[in-house]
Amino acid sequence: MDDLLREFITETNESLDVVDVELVKFEQEPNNATILDNIFRLVHTIKGTCGFLGLPRLEGIAHAAETLMGKFRDGAPVTQEAVSLILTSIDQIKDILGELEAAGGEEPQGDDSELIGHLEVMSAKADAAMAGGGEEAPAEEAAGDEASEAEADAEASDSEDESDAEADQALERPLRPGEVSLDELERAFRETEIEVEVAEASATEAEEVAEEVEEPVPAPAAVKVEPKAPEAKNKTEGKSEKKAAGGSVSNQSIRVAVDTLEHLMTMVSELVLTRNQLLEIVRRHEDSEFKVPLQRLSNVTAELQEGVMATRMQPIGNAWQKLPRIVRDLSQELEKPIDLEMIGADTELDRQVLEMIKDPLTHMVRNSADHGLELPEDRRAAGKPEKGVITLAAYHEGGHIIIEVRDDGKGIDVDRVKEKILERGLATEAEIEKMTDSQIHKFIFHAGFSTAASVTSVSGRGVGMDVVRNNIELIGGTVDLRSTTGKGSSFIIKIPLTLAIVSTLIVEASGDRFAIPQLSVVELVRVQTNSEHRIERIKDTPVLRLRNKLLPLVHLSQLLGIYEGEDADKAIDADNGFIVVMQVGSQTFGVVVDGVFHTEEIVVKPMSTMLRNLDMFSGNTILGDGSVIMIIDPNGIASAMASHASSAVAETEEDEQEDLARRAISGQSSISLLLFRAGAPEPKAVPLSLVTRLEEFEVSKIERSNGRDLVQYRGALMPLVYVNDGDCHKTEGTQPMLVFSDAGRSMGLVVDEIVDIVEDRMHIEVGSERPGILGSAIVKERATEIIDLGYYLPQAFEDWFMRKEMDIEALTKKVLFVDDSSFFRNMLTPVLKAAGYDVTTCNGPQHAFELLENGDKFHAIVSDIEMPEINGFEFCEAMRRDPRFRDIPMLALSSLVTPASIERGRQAGFDDYVAKFDRPGLIAALKDVFSGEMGVAA
Amino acid sequence: MSVLEHKLNEDQNAASDMIQYVTVVIGGQLFGLPISQVHDVFVPESVTRVPMSAPEVQGVLNLRGRIVTAINMRRRLHLPPLEDEQMMAVGIEYKQESYGLVIDTVGEVLTLPAASAESNPSNLDRRWAEISGGVHRLDGQLMVILDVDRLLGSMFTEPMVAA
Repeated sequence: MDDLLREFITETNESLDVVDVELVKFEQEPNNATILDNIFRLVHTIKGTCGFLGLPRLEGIAHAAETLMGKFRDGAPVTQEAVSLILTSIDQIKDILGELEAAGGEEPQGDDSELIGHLEVMSAKADAAMAGGGEEAPAEEAAGDEASEAEADAEASDSEDESDAEADQALERPLRPGEVSLDELERAFRETEIEVEVAEASATEAEEVAEEVEEPVPAPAAVKVEPKAPEAKNKTEGKSEKKAAGGSVSNQSIRVAVDTLEHLMTMVSELVLTRNQLLEIVRRHEDSEFKVPLQRLSNVTAELQEGVMATRMQPIGNAWQKLPRIVRDLSQELEKPIDLEMIGADTELDRQVLEMIKDPLTHMVRNSADHGLELPEDRRAAGKPEKGVITLAAYHEGGHIIIEVRDDGKGIDVDRVKEKILERGLATEAEIEKMTDSQIHKFIFHAGFSTAASVTSVSGRGVGMDVVRNNIELIGGTVDLRSTTGKGSSFIIKIPLTLAIVSTLIVEASGDRFAIPQLSVVELVRVQTNSEHRIERIKDTPVLRLRNKLLPLVHLSQLLGIYEGEDADKAIDADNGFIVVMQVGSQTFGVVVDGVFHTEEIVVKPMSTMLRNLDMFSGNTILGDGSVIMIIDPNGIASAMASHASSAVAETEEDEQEDLARRAISGQSSISLLLFRAGAPEPKAVPLSLVTRLEEFEVSKIERSNGRDLVQYRGALMPLVYVNDGDCHKTEGTQPMLVFSDAGRSMGLVVDEIVDIVEDRMHIEVGSERPGILGSAIVKERATEIIDLGYYLPQAFEDWFMRKEMDIEALTKKVLFVDDSSFFRNMLTPVLKAAGYDVTTCNGPQHAFELLENGDKFHAIVSDIEMPEINGFEFCEAMRRDPRFRDIPMLALSSLVTPASIERGRQAGFDDYVAKFDRPGLIAALKDVFSGEMGVAA
Repeated sequence: MSVLEHKLNEDQNAASDMIQYVTVVIGGQLFGLPISQVHDVFVPESVTRVPMSAPEVQGVLNLRGRIVTAINMRRRLHLPPLEDEQMMAVGIEYKQESYGLVIDTVGEVLTLPAASAESNPSNLDRRWAEISGGVHRLDGQLMVILDVDRLLGSMFTEPMVAA
């Protein structure tokens, strides 16, 4: 295939893509002359070029399509039918082009007469419609009409170039009619800049009209020619200059083969590596004469690297280009009116990444249109506008690009998904029962999973979301799903900006070096015996007190499982070490390392497939000294950290500030805490309001029965519970204990010593995974463990939570907790606080309504079900009836969890239904509610 | 005449069915790798270990600008580690990626007729059998054919299933 043809194919394909998009726009605003001109121009260029290259089939179709579009421009009404027909023609052209390319330049055999026939019929119809409309000067193809056309164009695009071009044409045509198309063609190949094409194409347009003059059409409008022609002529002189200028503009951009760029990129990567090696060598020789030149080399390399990277960046809009057309077609096929909103189309990302997400995105948009959005009648019934909206949004976030595909449809039908899960045997009914909705949603990413009730031509074939996920994961991205029943669902894709170069901090752990991406490193803290920063321990959990915050710590070698000492807990040397404070998402934590070296720009090389399953590393690279180093994946570290002995969720600074502000206003978060010691020298605390009495019993009074220790207390047997398994009571004297009572039952918690009662704010800084401990807080300047009563109560009476209800309060998100039992209100407050919520409690729906009426705002409401007077279901129904409160998410909390009660809860309008004894479930449900809400709000 | 021709053909066939093996020793046992799969032989130096990886992955190393994943064949075959001796490695390509099989020593190149390979003895250790493509009887010893695709392929699928 010769170069000319190849270039023709590339350009034509690009033009066709633009035409696709423009046509869809045009259909929506048929009166926009600019769009129509643009389309007309592109199609015309294609036609002209085809004629020149001897491609009669393409030319024929393009010509017929152009004629029809000409009618639109002349004022014929734009019908959907007509636009569809043009789109079909465009598709046909694309197909022929594809075959042309495959065949190496031979136009394939085929008959387009049918399509052309349709187009002609449509043109005739358009004519008829115009005539019927009684338009006075419907610019039919007529002698001289060309000039008025030229004028219209000049006005529409107020571009001088254009009017110049018109002028040019007006002059040129009478002189050398035969040469024009050649001219035009040359320009088409010479000039790639749009501005220039506008000029050139308009010229040809006008010309085209002129040619059509010869066609047998009546010519009523010749009058206008005369006055316009002189004006056109006046501008002729300017024309040649403009053309020259246009030419130079076009010379400023050139086409470069992708391979060339890729090669350049590889070479620059190698250059960066070599430069690093040189720097490493010079670092060892202090006064080397290479130092200065190397510095310059280094700067130049950096700039070169940046420059090459920039050539690879492309706006994500390029990947979206085809979507408006696809959505339009789907909209017709599925008979659902759909709006496609695109936000952030100019967000740039590496073209390699761009290529990889094109298909997954298309698939997801199709999915949203088919599965997500409801039919218009259903939407009406649900009180939504008939027209569904699919939103594509892209934005940067911390070295990643986030792409959201969102629809305002019905959301994911959890029950259907459940059915499918069962049907496919992916999980058992019992397992499903325990899953949160969001866990269930994740199943749609399983292979062969489709919930579309029937197979349509669009989707429902069961291949899809798993492929999407695989493709995205292939480039180191993740895909997440948020869905709210009735409100819609959104897919959130997170992908790296570029796959190439990152700046990292080189650290050492257990004799090995690792690279930590700088992006996630907040600061470095040096810990020494007498420095201001010390590592403290709560039981065995190390924490760092940093600016009055507790930071959970873990040694890197522990996380990576390479600690060589006997006892992994002793990996952290409290007197000497470096702490890399990292922030990943909202998680902040300290990673202890043995040494910190320098920072280095590294070229990420993908890990071998065999090692790609390791979450801890995102890749590897060759350092300046020639050795290979593993690159830590901060996300992997963060999730390992979370599952490590102490779950490490220190709140972010913003939260802290928010918290401070809130405290200043309310000042109510300070509560009485009872401090005591049990089993270990560190202080422990429990909210005093939970403790019924403090008692001391003679040791001899403690009796043993049925394998447990009991005392007789107020005429009943009270079981004793120890803070740590295996602890035992004193052997002589008296034994202090905390007595907790509720509804006639009591439990004694055995302690070593009651220390103090303090008024303090209970702000849990560090969460805990250890059973029995909610987390750690600073109480009286000391790190103190807050015990979790919810863990100990069932040890005394297993059914404690079965018969009682619980309560809640919180911090960052305001949560209203409604329960009639003060005991459980106090019980759940710390649980929710530990999870970071700002909790307000009230003793029943009446009280809750009062608070809400007073204008108190809550982000969510957690309500008990079994309450006197008004029960939880009624409360929820009342809330849902009130338009002011309708949108507040509500969770039901009950000891009674049966499918029937869950169903009742859903009918009443609860967003989720959680068992009272399932505290992690409650936290997870709240988290879901909030994340879903954020997804919708974003 | 026809007999002669027949014999000639047979010889030619045999010649085209000859396979060249690079022999290596792992824990005293002779193994053979088809020479077409061996890219180079090198001394594995400054190997960076990869925490959390499969035990047989010795680490990654830089081989002339390429990052190579080193697989310790002794660990793969559940043999005790080699004490105080310089190990060798053969570089191979698998699915466009570079791997190094760390072995004890490299021996000569043998040309053997493909037809003389025998299938694995049925009582061969399962862990060996899964990476062995057959056995050649040589003078005085046996050479096990290392099936690279199976050797590496099995290491790919295992973590996948676990994930």
